[in-house]
Amino acid sequence: MNNWKMLTLVGKDRPGIVARVTDALYQNGWNLGEASMLRLGGNFTIMLMVSGAGEVEPTLQPVAQELGLRLHVDPIEGDLHSHVVPNIQVRVVGADRAGIVAQVTGQLAEAGLNILELESDVAGSAETPIYIMGIHGYADVPVEDLQQAVSDLVDQGIDVTVSGIETLIG
Amino acid sequence: MTVLEILKAPDERLKQFSEEVEIFDDELQGFIDDLEETRQAGPGAVGIAAPQVGRLQRVIIVDVSNTKKPVPNHGYMVLINPEITEWNGFEMGREGCLSIPDYTGNVIRATDIKLKAQDRFGNPLEYEMEGFEARAIQHELDHLDGMLFIDRVVSRRTDLFQRKVYKKGASAKK
Repeated sequence: MNNWKMLTLVGKDRPGIVARVTDALYQNGWNLGEASMLRLGGNFTIMLMVSGAGEVEPTLQPVAQELGLRLHVDPIEGDLHSHVVPNIQVRVVGADRAGIVAQVTGQLAEAGLNILELESDVAGSAETPIYIMGIHGYADVPVEDLQQAVSDLVDQGIDVTVSGIETLIG
Repeated sequence: MTVLEILKAPDERLKQFSEEVEIFDDELQGFIDDLEETRQAGPGAVGIAAPQVGRLQRVIIVDVSNTKKPVPNHGYMVLINPEITEWNGFEMGREGCLSIPDYTGNVIRATDIKLKAQDRFGNPLEYEMEGFEARAIQHELDHLDGMLFIDRVVSRRTDLFQRKVYKKGASAKK
């Protein structure tokens, strides 16, 4: 079965969203694939691969409406069992300021990093926010090249750490 | 020698407790050779444990001498009835497993361990290990107690940020 769709559901967080959404999918014969579900800034966000026959909107729209979620559906190419194992980890920590993400990821992209996963948070308080970002990615170039790529930013006071990940298989 | 079949989760045998080895006979020697051949046949495995091929005995093999970046290591080790006697420090690291294809996750392990074991003929062994090799030992030892790394995976989002080198960013810069 290769009939995957990517669902995006976003709305104000409340208990029971995952249970209601996945139950509706299950009851109507949809299979779940890989997913990312996160609370971001008080919203609950779902990115979820589903596969099944026909249109998924009739199944989910009533649930979405009831829970106050916006639903978006994209047909996608791709499949399960195609993970890329990250070999690079990047951490950025610092006082929140405009442009950090663009600068760091811009340099890294140019140096050959493909981002597989990025999560970022603003910690601290409203007065003194702290920006924290973690990236897992894959690059064919040596980790030193990526470190070199962000060294100017480091000199400008952005705390960026690029390190290799050696995945242990046992 | 034979490449043995690797059990894949959710095979119940991967959740069993393995028994101590008491007889160090020719049959055991043959099994150890097969286990090593099976490890080498897998995709880049630095270790393997007997229960991964369905033999519920406390036998593991670890060899981290071939990593991309060299790490401190004791080379190829066959460890019978291994037992960690001391743990120190902890660190996050990414792991995968021959028994759980196409999945990797972050696991917290001790960074320094002391280990007692026997060699393949029953002679006593003692090691002090660190880092990646210590991680490999803990991963394989878990198999002997019916634990898989997926039982220990922690959320990537709440990753601990452990920096061993307190140098900012580009270490290439001198």
